[in-house]
Amino acid sequence: MTFADLLAQLVNGLANASTLFLLASGLSLIFGVTRVVNFAHGSLYMLGTYGAIWLAEHLGGGALGFWSAVLIAAIGVAVLGALMELAVLKRIYGAPELFQLLATFAVVLIVKDAALLLWGPEDILGPRAPGLSGAIELAGQPIPQYDVLLIVLGPVVLLALKLLLERTRWGVLIRAATEDREMVGALGVNQVWLFTGVFALGSGLAGLAGALQMPREPASLGLDLIAITDAFVVVVVGGLGSLGGAFLAAGVIGIVKALCFAFGTIEVLGLTLNFSKLTLVVEFVLMALTLAFRPWGFAGRPLRGAREPAGSVEHVHTPSRKFWAIALAAAIVLAVLPAFVDDYTLVLATDCAIFALFAASLHFLMGPGGMASFGHAAYFGIGAYAAGLLAKQAGAPMLVALAAAPLAGAIFALGFGWFCVRLTGVYLAMLTLAFAQIVWSVAWQWDDVTGGSNGLVGVWPATWAADKTHFYWLTIALCAMAIAALWRVIHAPFGYALRAGRDANLRADAIGIDVKRVQWLSFPVAGAAAGLAGALYVYSKGSLAPDVMAISRSVDGLVMVLLGGVQTLTGPVFGAALFTWLQDEILRRTEYWRLILGLAILVLVLVFPRGVVGSLRRIVRGGET
Amino acid sequence: MTSETLLRASDLDSGYGRAQILYGVGLELRRGEVVALLGRNGAGKSTTLKTLMGLVRAKRGQITLFGERIDTLPPYRVCRMGLGYVPEERRVFAGLTVMENLEVARRPSRDGIRSWTPERLFELFPNLGRMRERRGGEMSGGEQQMLTIARTLMGNPLAVLLDEPSEGLAPVIVDEMAKGIAELKREGLSILLSEQNLRFATAIADRAAIIESGVIRFTGTMAELFANTEVRDRYLAV
Ligand SMILES: Nc1ncnc2c1ncn2[C@@H]1O[C@H](COP(=O)(O)OP(=O)(O)O)[C@@H](O)[C@H]1O
Ligand SMILES: [Mg+2]
Repeated sequence: MTFADLLAQLVNGLANASTLFLLASGLSLIFGVTRVVNFAHGSLYMLGTYGAIWLAEHLGGGALGFWSAVLIAAIGVAVLGALMELAVLKRIYGAPELFQLLATFAVVLIVKDAALLLWGPEDILGPRAPGLSGAIELAGQPIPQYDVLLIVLGPVVLLALKLLLERTRWGVLIRAATEDREMVGALGVNQVWLFTGVFALGSGLAGLAGALQMPREPASLGLDLIAITDAFVVVVVGGLGSLGGAFLAAGVIGIVKALCFAFGTIEVLGLTLNFSKLTLVVEFVLMALTLAFRPWGFAGRPLRGAREPAGSVEHVHTPSRKFWAIALAAAIVLAVLPAFVDDYTLVLATDCAIFALFAASLHFLMGPGGMASFGHAAYFGIGAYAAGLLAKQAGAPMLVALAAAPLAGAIFALGFGWFCVRLTGVYLAMLTLAFAQIVWSVAWQWDDVTGGSNGLVGVWPATWAADKTHFYWLTIALCAMAIAALWRVIHAPFGYALRAGRDANLRADAIGIDVKRVQWLSFPVAGAAAGLAGALYVYSKGSLAPDVMAISRSVDGLVMVLLGGVQTLTGPVFGAALFTWLQDEILRRTEYWRLILGLAILVLVLVFPRGVVGSLRRIVRGGET
Repeated sequence: MTSETLLRASDLDSGYGRAQILYGVGLELRRGEVVALLGRNGAGKSTTLKTLMGLVRAKRGQITLFGERIDTLPPYRVCRMGLGYVPEERRVFAGLTVMENLEVARRPSRDGIRSWTPERLFELFPNLGRMRERRGGEMSGGEQQMLTIARTLMGNPLAVLLDEPSEGLAPVIVDEMAKGIAELKREGLSILLSEQNLRFATAIADRAAIIESGVIRFTGTMAELFANTEVRDRYLAV
């Protein structure tokens, strides 16, 4: 590594930091005022990139075309953000935060397919900025002019936002609403417009960030999740609601990534360290470290009166005789199912069972535990890899692998959970995501052991279970047992302690429940269940790749739980089956399954704000409570 | 004395989620008077004020302000109609300066009252005038309490709901507060004051209502309250 290399990487890293800051500042503003964790923020960024490239093509070349494209794309995205707020979120501000989250997931799905529909699946390269495509000379190293512009733009936007927030009445109202929305309303401010305005501003910043990236990064359909995770990391590391913190965090992440690139592969004491491989994961490591030592990020403060994204308080229903009757009937139907359906349906039913267990394990943390996990796919993946590696590398028989997988899931969950329970709410959720991303990138990059991005192939069930029907029965039996075990734990003293901790942390502490400890121990329980689901998944597919624990799977899990409703254990089981079946059903008819699913979820959220099972229960019971 | 009723609540049921807290609460506030809503901790005073303001929804009953129904309006509309709310526990905006706290609540002037400006408020609360750029979070409890009152006045209200202004304040500050509130009354402001501190209430209130377990147990003038030792012993902590 020469000094010139380092300089080049640093400039690139700082330019990235600038767009990252624009993106994150928008998310931070929106969260600060509306307390909505807007997962669709990354989708808005993606639309900014696509929109700007498309506009630049149609507006003709030249600096005017380029910059109008950037501006119009940003404004267009701002308008879209405001529309999203008006059409969807405005109706559900009163609903539990997790439903708002679900609604924003639905928007993610819809936007992704809308982009696919409009711009196709191929990556699209953007034009270079006319007049700024050259380089300037710095220490003998060519530095792209455009990067320099971006590096300047970051602080300029920070300053502009600071002025807006501190020198205008609108800004003062936003800062007040960030602290105490209810009070702002009682003082005569119509928050409805405040919220819409903040959404427009925040979305516009995401759109601007995306549009500005057009010469540097091709538009692709994967940008949405990459952008949203990056933005979350910056916001959380910087401290929720702090623009200065976000600026600092974006800078630090940009520089650290640049250093990893610049170091490349170096030999230390005979060990070969490949730093460039670290770039995929370094921001998550940074986030985990920050949260472990500074739970509110660089510049954050504990949120006053912020509701945690937890399940709403609901009584636990002791199952009636009717429940057992229905459960028995369901068991019989499931057992005899193979006699009536073809192999295709059987495989689908197997998938449904596996994801029902996955969703139930996530529900265990979210519902009774009140801890939203954004990275639950980690335990699913760890189980899958544990089983796959034992089978492939050690030649272990299937039953051994199936037994080891939950153990592996539990051990990792015990470790990760120890850090996570020190935090609450969004911070906790983000730390779970960080751990998941770290595990994912290890699987992705540790070629020698995990097979890297190719993963492992040829992990087939033992001969006695190889038949589709047999494997189905095995899966159903194991999943039913595991779900029943979760149910048992929820209704045991441990489960009561967990819920007591969720509903009234201080009071539970006062009656002698060690809340943190109970919460911590709930992690391995959930991890074991997810690990088993992962192992079954590997054997049903015969192969696995790092995808099994990609962010999208964690998001799927959240959607399943929220779709069914977080209040009951039956909800997620039902939600998972519904999700898996719908996905397959729609996929067979149209390529645009996300669009349909997203719209369906939106309708569900707006019509059934308690999840399907929760709402049905209410309807059945005649609208009591 | 018969004068115009500004605020009237009748037969209010209210609470949080499934927990009902208020049962058939009725209250009346006339122009220019100070009514003290007295009761022990947890009796339902704050819930009453929040329900009047629309921060908590009444499940039953009516609330009228100048004869107009307000029980379905959002709080910001209630505020704009002329009802101010000063919360308990001094919810100042900690990250905002004194001037910014006042700015949040600024509303256009209203017929029939002299508009409040920061300068006029600093005459009423001279302490605040000396710390215009100080952040709410860096002020003492008494200063914060004055700021919450000043802030609400910036909306030029005709009537104010004042939730336990003396709570947790040193006796000297309480006296200062009482003077300030008496001054506001002279200006013609109508005040519904929730209190546990009987001495403080006596100093400024014309009438009193006593609430216990969400039910109004007594209404009358301060003189009547003092004459009625049984009521005082039963419902007011000494
Ligand atoms: N946000 C809330 N959720 C549920 N119960 C509440 C809430 N706030 C107050 N309560 C309950 O309502 C009752 C009355 O409280 P409050 O109106 O604050 O009494 P006071 O102001 O007279 O002390 C108390 O039993 C209290 O526990
Ligand atoms: Mg009170």
